[in-house]
Formats: sequence, C-alpha cells, structure tokens
Amino acid sequence: MRPALYFRRRKGKKTMYDVIIIGAGVAGSCSARELSRYQVRACVLEKEEDVCCGTSKANSAIVHAGYDAAEGSLMAKLNVQGNEMMGELSKELDFPFNRCGSLVVCLDEESLPGLQALYDRGVKNGVKDMQVILDKDAIHRLEPNLSDEVAGVLYAPTAGIVCPFNLNIAMAENANENGVEFKFNTEVQGLKKIPGGWEVSTNNGVFQARYVVNAAGVYADKFHNMVSEKKIHITPRRGDYCLLDKKAGSHVKHTVFALPGKYGKGVLVSPTVHGNLLVGPTAIDIEDKESTATTREGLDELIGKAGLNVKDLPMRQVITSFAGLRAHEDGHEFIIGEVEGADGFIDCAGIESPGLTSAPAIGKMVADILREKMDLQPDPDFIGTRKGILNPEDLTLEERNALIKEKPAYGNIICRCEMVTEGEILDAIHRPLGARSLDGVKRRTRAGMGRCQAGFCSPRTMEILARECGMSMFDITKSGGDSKLVVGTNKDRI
Amino acid sequence: MKSYDIVIIGGGPAGLAAAVSARKEGIGSILILERDKELGGILNQCIHNGFGLHTFKEELTGPEYAGRFIDQVLELGIEYKLNTMVMDIGADKLVTAMNREEGMFQIRAGAVILAMGCRERSRGALNIPGYRPAGIYSAGTAQRLVNMEGFMPGREVVILGSGDIGLIMARRMTLEGAKVKVVAELMPYSGGLKRNIVQCLDDYGIPLKLSHTVVNIKGKERLEGITLAQVDQKGKPVPGTEEEYSCDTLLLSVGLIPENELSDGMGIQMNPVTSGPKVNERMETSIEGVFACGNVLHVHDLVDFVSEEAAAAGRNAARYVKGQEAKGNGHIVSLNPVQGVRYTVPCTIDPDKMDDVQIVRFRVGNVYKKCTIGVYFDDEQVMSRKRPVVAPGEMEEVKLEKAKLLQYPDLKTITIKIEEA
Amino acid sequence: MEKRELICIGCPMGCPLTVELEGSEVKSVSGHTCKRGDVYARKEVTNPTRIVTSTVKVTGGSADMVSVKTREDIPKDKIFACVQALKDVVVEAPVHIGDVILSNVAGTGVDIVATKHVL
Repeated sequence: MRPALYFRRRKGKKTMYDVIIIGAGVAGSCSARELSRYQVRACVLEKEEDVCCGTSKANSAIVHAGYDAAEGSLMAKLNVQGNEMMGELSKELDFPFNRCGSLVVCLDEESLPGLQALYDRGVKNGVKDMQVILDKDAIHRLEPNLSDEVAGVLYAPTAGIVCPFNLNIAMAENANENGVEFKFNTEVQGLKKIPGGWEVSTNNGVFQARYVVNAAGVYADKFHNMVSEKKIHITPRRGDYCLLDKKAGSHVKHTVFALPGKYGKGVLVSPTVHGNLLVGPTAIDIEDKESTATTREGLDELIGKAGLNVKDLPMRQVITSFAGLRAHEDGHEFIIGEVEGADGFIDCAGIESPGLTSAPAIGKMVADILREKMDLQPDPDFIGTRKGILNPEDLTLEERNALIKEKPAYGNIICRCEMVTEGEILDAIHRPLGARSLDGVKRRTRAGMGRCQAGFCSPRTMEILARECGMSMFDITKSGGDSKLVVGTNKDRI
Repeated sequence: MKSYDIVIIGGGPAGLAAAVSARKEGIGSILILERDKELGGILNQCIHNGFGLHTFKEELTGPEYAGRFIDQVLELGIEYKLNTMVMDIGADKLVTAMNREEGMFQIRAGAVILAMGCRERSRGALNIPGYRPAGIYSAGTAQRLVNMEGFMPGREVVILGSGDIGLIMARRMTLEGAKVKVVAELMPYSGGLKRNIVQCLDDYGIPLKLSHTVVNIKGKERLEGITLAQVDQKGKPVPGTEEEYSCDTLLLSVGLIPENELSDGMGIQMNPVTSGPKVNERMETSIEGVFACGNVLHVHDLVDFVSEEAAAAGRNAARYVKGQEAKGNGHIVSLNPVQGVRYTVPCTIDPDKMDDVQIVRFRVGNVYKKCTIGVYFDDEQVMSRKRPVVAPGEMEEVKLEKAKLLQYPDLKTITIKIEEA
Repeated sequence: MEKRELICIGCPMGCPLTVELEGSEVKSVSGHTCKRGDVYARKEVTNPTRIVTSTVKVTGGSADMVSVKTREDIPKDKIFACVQALKDVVVEAPVHIGDVILSNVAGTGVDIVATKHVL
C-alpha cells in the first residue's frame, strides 16, 4: 500500500490526485466532505458552473423515514442511516432541516393492508416510532386538511424536510474548506486506465487520479460503461413540481404521501423548510438526460392529483413550476463500490430517491471505501463545522442593528419577496465556492425565489455580481454557460 | 421613537400625491418611506409619453409627470427617506423600517397611507410548461433594464400579454434595435389601450395574435424559441394550431398584482377580486386611520386617476389626524358589483361622511358593446349611462352625489351593473 | 381613388375607419361613430406624427441613462432617423428636465429634450 499523494506533491508534473470525484451534486459533495476528514488530495469535477445543478437541485426535499426501500437493500440501510445523521449534521453544517414527520394517506379501506405492509417493512428497516392510525378524528387532529375520504395513515415522525440546496452547498463548502478542490465548467469526456490510477480528460484539461468516484447522477451510467463490460442503464425519470406561495405554506404540517391505490400513484404535498408548499412529482421516464422541461400534461396531471389526499389546495397560489430528473437505474438500487474489472473506479450510481436522505450515509460509505484502499489517516486540521449564510431575521433587533452598523449592506433589502439583504448576497458571493450566477445567489440566499420570481431583484443582483466579481454585465448568467441575461446596449445594432 | 402625523408607505405617484394633498390640508408632520433610490416609483422607467392629460392638460412622459409631484414635495418641504424598506406595520400604526444608515427603526404614525404599488405576475403563476432558461423577463423588468440601465435583454422578442406595459415594450425594444416578432394575448381582446395597439404595434408592423398563448419554451441555457397556440373559449390550447417562433427573449405582460404583504400583515380586510384592501368612501381600510390609494388598492391604467385617488386619501388622512372627520350616524351603504362589473372602489359609502361628489371606480369583466351602466339604489334604478363600449382594459367610473344619497335614509345597497341592449 | 383602413384611437371602441383619398386630399371618412374619429382619420392619413421617446447615455451623474423625447411630435416616417441620431449621443450630468440634448433632430426642426433630472 502506498501512502496517499497528500504527502507527495510534485511540481511540474501533470496534476495527480488521490481521488477525483465526478459530479458536485449531493452524492459527490457528501463524498468529498467525508473524504476531507482524511489526509488526502482530492478534486471534484463538475460540468456546470456551480454545485447542486442537476438532480440535487430539483427534487422533493424530503428526508424519508425509510419504510419504502426493500428490506435488506442498500437503499434501506443508507436511508435509515442518512435520516439518523441529518439532525446532527444540520447543526454542524448549519443548513435548514425540520423533522416534521410524514403521513402516508390511504383513501380506501381495501388498500389498508398496503399501509400495514409499509409499516412492517419500516420496522424491519429499522424505522422508529411509526404508527398506523385509523381513527379519522385522530388523523384530522394531526393534519386537519387531509381529505375527508381518508381511511388510514401511516405516521412516521422521523421523516423530515431539508433545504436540498443548502445541504449540498454546505457539504461542498466544508469539503473545500478542508482542502478538496472543486473545478467547475469541467465536463469529463474520457477515462483511461493508467498504471496506478486513471487519466480523466475534460474540456478543461487532463487530470490524473489514483481513484475516481463516479457520482455523475443521470450520467453515472455513461462513465460506468466507459470502464466496465457489465453495463448499467440509468433512465432519467422526470418529475414535475409546483411550488406554492408562502401564504399556502401552512396548508399541511407534515409531508403527505399517497399510498398507491385505486387512484394510481398520487403525488406528495409537503411544507418546505422555507415555508412554501410543494406539490409533486410526476414520474415520466425519458431518455434525454438534459430534458428538465415541464410539460402541459405533467403539470395538468399534478393539478389533477394534488387534491386527492389534501383538500382545498390553493393551486392558484402556484409561484413556479419546475422539473427534476431522478437517476433511476434499472435495478432500482444504489450502486456503490469499486467496479469489477476497473480497479480504482468507485461507482456512486443509481442515486435516486431516497438519495437526498441517504447522501450523508452515501458520502460516509464512499469515504470509508477510499480510506480502506489508501489507508488514509485522519487530518488533524479537519474542521467539521461550517457557518451558513447569516440570516439577519434570526437576530435580535439589537444584534441586527449592530450588524448593520458594522456592515451597512445588511440594511439594504435586495429581494423584497424573501427579504434578502445585500449583505447576504455579498456573503453568498465571497464565501468558499461562492455564487457566480443569479441561480447561484438564489440557491444560497433565496433572492429571487419568492412570489415575484426575481422580477424586481434580478437587475440589482446582476449589478452586485458584476461589481463584486469584476465581471461585465454581459458575462452575468442565470445559471452559467450560455444563459446570458443581457446581450447588448441600447441602439448598439442600429 | 420618532412619530409623525402621517406616514406614507411608498414614494411613487400615489404616495407623492397623497403627501402633497395632506400637506395642503395643513399637516406639517409627514414622512414618505421609499424603498428605491429615488422618488417617482415605476414612473421613472415609463419614459413614454401619454401621462397627465387629465391632471396637467398636457402629454408628459412618466419621469416628467413624477417630476411635477416631486417638485411639489420638495417645495412643500415634505420629509422622505430613500432606500428604506418598510418591514412591518402593526395594527396600532407602529411602522418598522430599515435602511443602511439607521438600521431597523420604528416610527409611530398618527395615520398611515398605503401606497406600495403593484408587482407583475410571473411566468410561474401562469404555469407555462417547458424549460426555464435565461431570456424570460416580465415586461417591467425588461423596461427597467432598457430604460434605466441601457441594457438590451435580447435581440429577437416575443411578448405574451397585450397589457399596456407589453405593448409599450414592443415599441421600446423595436426602437432600440430588437426585432419584436409577435405579441400574443390569451383573451379574445387586448388588455391594453387602443391607442397603444395602434402606436406601439401597428406603427411597426408587429402582429397581435388574440386568443393565443405560449405552450412551450425551448432552450436550456438561453431561450431559443417558443411555441404559440390558439386557445379555445375556455383558454385551453387547441391542438394542431401550434406555431414555432425562434426568439431569444420572451417578455411577459400578463397582469399586475397589488403588493399587499404589509397590509396582510396588519390584518386589513382584503377584496379578493382586486387583491387590494377594502376601503370606504374616504379610502380608509378596515383599520381606522389606515388609508390606501393607487395600484396597491386596485390596478389603474391611467396615472391621473391614481393621483386623484391618492389626493383623496391624503385629504382624508389629514382630516382623520386633525379630528375633523364628518360625523356619521352609522349608516353604511354597501356597493354591490354584479352583472359584468367585477368590483368597485370604494366598497362602502357612509353618506354623511362622503364628499359632495363620490367617484366610484370599477372594471368590467368582458367587452360589452352598446351597453348601459346601470346604478340602482336598492331596487330603484337611479342612473343609466349609455356606453358605446366598455372593456376590461379601461377603468370605468360613476359619480354619486351626496345630496341624492341623503334622500335615501334607508338605503342599504347600491348596485352597479352592465345592461346589454 | 385610394382607400386606407385605420383603427380609431379616440376611445376603447376602436372604430374601424375607412378613408378615401385622392392624392393627398381626403375625400371621405367612414366607419366612425363620433367626430373624434373623423378628425383622427384626416390627420393620420395626411400628416401622421408621433412623439418619440428614448434614452441617451449620461456620464458623471447619479444614473447611466437619461430619458429624452422630441419636444413636439415629428413626422412618423422620421422616427427611425430620430432614434439613429441619438445613437452616439452622450451628455454630461447634471441634466435637467427640458434641457436640449440634440437640436433639430433628423432635420425635423424639433429638439430632443431631457425628461428627467440626472444630477
């Protein structure tokens, strides 16, 4: 066993890492963060301009209790582990998490055995404190806006909701603070086995690493299949969602799932950690791994199904709709481990629901594999905590005024709907792996995420980005690449 | 804590006119709180002409119209704070605001005038399917970028919604060098002024497609094109009518929503039709001493009417502060909009407290030709005004005389309706 | 005899107007419901004019752009020439409402004036 390259930095040679992680989504970022506990030289390659740009940014934001996954599966194990880790982690890394509990709603008596089956599976998977509740009054006391048709619910108090962006961002920032490099706008194009490792070619140079972690979301099959004869196949399974105004945010208190029954699969209705209401998703299998377009049929299906389990849903309060892609592997199981016949290539593939819940456990599992392979030693300088972007609303009046006195930008509201100050936006830009686009600012601070959907704040956020990053207004993008926001000046073409 | 007789939330056309009017009624202690860096509100970006025909008997541009009121505010020495966001107003009229210099601070107000204006409906509220690329702007955001900052949001433009801002932006983008390919409107009629259709679209050969909407958005990073389709009478797209347009910009002019987060926070009663507060004949909301005017109350199409309404709010706030409100005997008449009339402002009238002539403003829900606006005092028709045409895009009004109302001491309801021939 | 179709802008009714012309002389106007339609049609076919509003760059002030307009209406066919003439105009702050930004724009005899204070 050779020591990690951490100890052997060489000058003038092609960059050689101990580990390259493909993908800065939640699985890649959690892996990076767990790996950063050790003395290791690691780099994350991300094709987009920021972390959290693929599957990780558009999902239900649910921390599942763990009764869904098949007994004995890796999914079940990591789900329950991830759920248990989430509370502590949210404190260490300062991201919003709320253990609000979930309800699986059964609308017809004949499907009640289905609830019991879920309960039984949950018990076997190690889910704690579940209850099947059949008393209608008790159910409505728990969740007054459930349908009057409800026949029973499975109540899982350990389920919760999380901010998917900030979980991902917090992990990545903490990994970066602990020495993991991140390269954005860097798309992996080829993988070649070289003695002692892998050569990874990208649009942004060639890198070498002893180990490669494939956390490429919907593209994980592409990279796996480059190095292995045993092919896997990932289907992007699109889910359309509607997000409702904060005025509708307290319509339900728990995440409400539908028990698959005679009405079909149903959609979930959930509060979000920021006080909105989320309705979705649909499930439409597609082939295009970039196709995050919503469709009329999908949105109509959502609106049609949303009211089945929850009554009086104010669908007129929709402020935006979006679609996310689940990385559905044909075997419907997480594929985590070294690929047979491809030494040093570690898959982290098929990470679909409950992938977000499981991510902390996935990261730990990946890091454990690498620690063992390289005999990694703990990094004594590892800092396991991270402070999120300060939300002035969490301060007392005195504290807030002291902050504004010291940093007047905290007295300047930029996003009126979400009441985001310039101070928070500056923090989002200047912290490790800081925001460089409107969406980057939005995911970190919520500026532009409110009811006007960035109508008022986008010109002002663009100005701040341009000023702080020394960029021209013409280089400011919505989400990197070609997503330019302004293309010229008045009369420049006449 | 500082206190003012009147605190005005918003320094746009409504807030300015309310302030001037209150000062002229003899109130010395007035404060305007404005969140932007200058007074004038949305008028600063409305650089086109056509403002002020009623108020000043001349055609001004938006900034000029605002300028006239700003000059008065300065001459009258009315206090104002810029870059100041009002965070909260208590039902007890305790105003909490914030800016860079003073941090969070509180002001005790004798009366509050709400003049926060409105915001644009976004794409999200329309649930248009497709990608979410750059290049989709609300028309007002594009207007700010072009008119105030000098930036072109794109080169090839499709506009959804034929509200006035959409029409105005079709001309602005064209004159700044962009190609506006089409303006699509979901309804079978335009929500904008006729004059704007002729001078902003027809003048430049820009087609207006009524009963059409955007059914798909293409382009993952920057907008690459949209699909338009015709809609049926229920507003549902008709299969087979799809047309593709390549464009890098989609501007949305699909409606304005009064910004009433602060009013909601105070617990003010709202009118679900206007999304604005319910007000009485003095522009007073359900909370005593809290008045509302301008687009926060109901969306206007002419700023002249905003100024007029705001002046009334300012005047009444001044009387409230001075304790000079007319005495009533609790006789409240409610206004009942039916049959094509969507709402009225005000919602109620106290005949003893009203001015000699009360203007009641309202909008209709459809286009009606050769119709009559009927006004009924309970079951008795008291007014019947012939109109060649009324349309949702143009605000209507009827004038009620105090002397007449006082003749009906048992009057409960004034009904206003559209009667077709 | 030439026929021109117009839509009246006098009120929301939007009467479809038909104007019959012989050369530049208006022979008849039809389709209008009121006098305003007749007046509008005659002006629009013989001498259509518009106020043009735009922006020009401003340096050294509190804003980067200042809004401007033609002081009076100009012939409709001069609109683009007018905008063209403003393309490279840069003014220095302070600018006041009514300040002449460009005189006799595009040979129309009409001045471009500022419509906003930029200090």
